Amino acid sequence: MNGYLPSATVEGREVDFLILALVLVSCAVLALVFGLILLYVVRYRADSGVYRGAPGRKTWRFEISWTAATLAVFFVLFIWGGDLYVRLFQPPADALQIYVIGKQWMWKVEHQGGQREINALHVPINRPIQLVMTSEDVIHDFSIPAFRIKHDVLPGRYESLWFQVETPGTYELFCTQLCGVGHYSMSGEVVAMSQPEFETWLAGGAAPGQREDMAAAGKALFTAHGCSGCHGEGGVGGSPATTGVSAPALAGLLGRSVKLQTGATVTADEKFIRDCLLTPDKMPIAGYPQIMPSFSGQISEENVLRLIAYIKSLKSGSRT
Amino acid sequence: MNPSAAPASYLDDGHTLRSWLFTTDHKRIAILYIGAITFFFFVGGFAAFLIRYNLLSPKGLIGSAETYNRLFSMHGILMVWFFLVPAVPVTLGNFLAPLMLGARDLAFPRLNLLSWYLFMVAGVVALYAVVGGGVDTGWTFYTPLTSFYSKGHVIAAVVAIFIAGFSSIATGLNFIVTIHKLRAPGMTWYRMPVFLWSLYATSVILVLATPVLAMTLLLLAFERIFGIGVFDPKIGGDPLLFQHLFWFYSHPAVYVMILPGFGVISEIIPAFSRKELFGYKFVVWASIAIAVIGFLVWGHHMFVAGTSLFSALVFSLLSYMVAVPSAIKVFNWIGTMHKGYIHFDAPMLYAIGFIGLFTTGGLTGLFLAALAADVHLTQTYFVVAHFHYVMVGGMVSAYFAGIHFWWPKMTGRLYPEMWGRAGAIIIFVGFNLTFFPQFLLGYLGMPRRYFAYPQHFEALNLLSSAGALTLAVGYILPLGYLTWSLFYGERASANPWGATGLEWTTPSPPPTENFAVTPIVTEEPYQYRQAETVNHE
Ligand code: HEM
Ligand SMILES: [Cu+2]
Repeated sequence: MNGYLPSATVEGREVDFLILALVLVSCAVLALVFGLILLYVVRYRADSGVYRGAPGRKTWRFEISWTAATLAVFFVLFIWGGDLYVRLFQPPADALQIYVIGKQWMWKVEHQGGQREINALHVPINRPIQLVMTSEDVIHDFSIPAFRIKHDVLPGRYESLWFQVETPGTYELFCTQLCGVGHYSMSGEVVAMSQPEFETWLAGGAAPGQREDMAAAGKALFTAHGCSGCHGEGGVGGSPATTGVSAPALAGLLGRSVKLQTGATVTADEKFIRDCLLTPDKMPIAGYPQIMPSFSGQISEENVLRLIAYIKSLKSGSRT
Repeated sequence: MNPSAAPASYLDDGHTLRSWLFTTDHKRIAILYIGAITFFFFVGGFAAFLIRYNLLSPKGLIGSAETYNRLFSMHGILMVWFFLVPAVPVTLGNFLAPLMLGARDLAFPRLNLLSWYLFMVAGVVALYAVVGGGVDTGWTFYTPLTSFYSKGHVIAAVVAIFIAGFSSIATGLNFIVTIHKLRAPGMTWYRMPVFLWSLYATSVILVLATPVLAMTLLLLAFERIFGIGVFDPKIGGDPLLFQHLFWFYSHPAVYVMILPGFGVISEIIPAFSRKELFGYKFVVWASIAIAVIGFLVWGHHMFVAGTSLFSALVFSLLSYMVAVPSAIKVFNWIGTMHKGYIHFDAPMLYAIGFIGLFTTGGLTGLFLAALAADVHLTQTYFVVAHFHYVMVGGMVSAYFAGIHFWWPKMTGRLYPEMWGRAGAIIIFVGFNLTFFPQFLLGYLGMPRRYFAYPQHFEALNLLSSAGALTLAVGYILPLGYLTWSLFYGERASANPWGATGLEWTTPSPPPTENFAVTPIVTEEPYQYRQAETVNHE
C-alpha cells in the first residue's frame, strides 16, 4: 500500500509515531500484567509448598508508587497527543482552499476555479490544502485514513480540515459518520498529483468552457439576488445617498472583527457570512438597521459557498 | 452445615407462576431478571452473529444495507440497555446485596418488583420496534439523522429506552437506600465487601445520569414528532447539543456497565487466592473516583465532531485522569494474588481472563484519549474493538465469573467444574480471535457501521467472523451445562468455596428470610486465614 505505510503526509507519520509509542507502552504494561499473573499462578498455586512468609502490611507505599508512575506516563501521552492535535487542526494561512459539501450519499467538491467533482478530490502535493466543508442534510465525516485525518461535516456550519500530501497517489476517502442507509457507499478517492499535473487537471476535465470561476459565479449571484442593491456594486457598502439604505461594506470582510448590536464582537469567517445570509435577524450588525431579509431556503449550499468565495475575493484597504 | 435442618429455601416458597410474578423477594426477582436479560443477550447476540456473517464478504452477504444497519442498531440498543447496563446490578446485585449486608430484603421490595415490570414493558416495546422493522440510527441516535431523516421505529425504540431508564433509576435508588439503611449490626462502611461499594457507586451514577438520557430522548421525540427545533439546524437546532447530552449520560453509563464487574472480580480474586484483598480502601475509593470523574469526560467522544480545541484538550486530560483508578484496581487484584494459595476453578479463570481483557481494553482507551491518535482511530473498528474489550471481554466475563461463583448459592446446585473451565477458556480464545483483528482493521482505516467494504480488509474480517463462531459456542455452552445442573447438579453446601462474606453463612439456596438470626459483623471483609483453609489437597 503505497502511501499508507509510511503515511503520505508528514503529520500522518507523526500520528503513527504517537501510535507506536502507545503500542509500546501497552505492550510493556501487558507484559507486566500477564507476566505477574503467570508468575503468581505458577508460584502460588494452591498445592505449591513455596514459603509465603508473613503477609505484608504497608500497602499504601505500593499504591502511591504505581499511581504516581501511571500519572506520569499518562501526562506525557496527554501532552504529546494534545500538541499534535492542535497542529492537525490549525490550517496554515496560505493553504489552498477547496470546498466540500456532503449529502446523503455523496461528496460534492468544488475548486475555486469552479471545477467540480463527485466522490473524488484532486489536490496538488507539497502544498497545504484546506477543505471548507458543510453538509446539506445529516452529519457526515470526511476521512482519509492514509493521511490519518478526519473531521465531521455538519449541516449549518463550516468545518475545516487541512493536510499537505508528500507522496503522489490515489487514497481512499470514506464517510465515517453514520449517515443513513447509503453510509457505506459514501466513499471515494483523493488523488494527489504534482503541481503541473494538477494544473493540467484543473484546465482539462468536463466542458471547461462552461465552467465558471467560483468568485465570478458568486458575483453574478450577488447581483441576481439583489445583494448589490443594498451593499452596493462590488460590495463597497451602501448609504442613504448611494443605495438608499445604509448597509455595511463587504470588501475585506473576512477575518475582520465585527461588532453586533448585542454588544458581542465576532470574527467574520465563512460561518458568519452564512449566518448573516440565512438568519440575519440573529446577527444584527452594530450601527445598521436590521432590514436585511433572510435568504434561507432560497440559496443552495453551493451558491452560498460561491457568494462567500466572491466576498473573499473583494479586496479592500480597510482590512485589519 | 446440614442443609436439611435449614428452613425451606426461597425456591420452595411457592411453585405457582403467581408466586413468581407477584413475589417481592429480592432473590426471586433476581431470578426473574436473569431470565429476562439472558433472553435479550441471546437476541442481541444473534444480531451480532448476522453482522459477522454479513462481513464475511466485502460485498456484504445479507444483501441489504438497510437490514444491516438495523441489525447493528438493534444489537447495540439491546446489548447496552437490555443487557449490559442492568446485567450485574439487577441479577447478582439484587440477589446478593441483602445477603451481603445481613438484611432481610432490599429497602423497597415492591419498588424492586416494579422495576422488573418496567424493564419487561421496556423490553416488549423494544421488541416491538425490532419486529416492526427496527431502527437504523445506531445505538447513539445522532441527530439530525435520527430526528428527521431516518425511517423506522425510532419513537418506539426511544420509548423503550425511556422506560428502561425508569427501571434503572428505581433500582439505583433502592440500592442506595438499602446500603445506607439496612447494614447488619457491626457492618460499618469499611467492612462492606467491595461488591457493595461498586453497587453503590453504580447506583449513584444511575440515579444522576439516567434522567439526562430521559430528557434527551424526550427532546429527540419532540423534534421528530412535532418538528420543534432542538437538534436540527434546519429548524434552528444545534446538532452538537444532542451529542453533548447523549454522551453526558452514555459515558457515565459505560462505568455503570463496568463498575459492578469490578465488584465481582474483587470478591472472586481473594476467594480463590485465599487471601485478603490487597489495598481494600484504594479499591473502594477508586470506584468512587471513577463514578465522579466519569461525569467529566463525555467530550472525548467528540474529538472530531467540531468542538473547540480547548475543550478537546480538557477532555483528553480528564480522560487520562479517569483511567488512573482503573489502573489502580488492576494492580491491586494482582497484588492480591501475590503470596496467595491460588485455585483455578471456573470463576477464577473468568476473573483472570477479565483482568487480561479489561487491561487491553483500558490500554486502548489511552490511544483514544490521546487526541491526535483518536483523530485517526475514531469511527473505525479500533473503537469497536476498544469497547468490546472493556464491555464484553471485561464486563461479560465478570458477569459469567459471578454467575458461576454464586451459582451454588442461588440454585443450591454445583455446576460441572470441567465444563465451566472449558467454557471460560473457549470464551477467552474466541473473544480475542473476534476482536483483536478489529484493532488492526481500525488502524488500517476500516470505518465502523459499513455494510460493504474494500477488498483489502477481507482477510482480517474473516478471522474476526471465525472468532465470533468460537465465541458463540463459548456462550451457548454455559447455557447448556448450567441448565443441566439445575436438575442434575450436585447439591451445594452453604459455603462450597470456603469464601468469606455473610452470603456464605446462610444455606444454599437461602431461606426466604435470608438469615434465621440477624448476623452481627465483627471483622473486616476477606479475612481468609490461609493456614486454616489450605490443607494441601
Ligand atoms: C480505562 C479508561 C478508558 C479510556 C481512557 C477510554 C477512552 C475512550 C475514548 C476516548 C473513547 C472515544 C473514542 C472515539 O469515539 O473516538 C471511548 C469510546 C468508548 N468506550 Fe472507552 N475508555 C476507557 C474505558 C472504557 C470502559 C471501562 C468502557 C465500558 C465498560 C468503555 C466503553 C466505551 C464505549 C462503549 C465507547 C464507544 C461508544 C461508541 O462510539 O459507540 N470505555 N473510550
Ligand atoms: Cu467515554
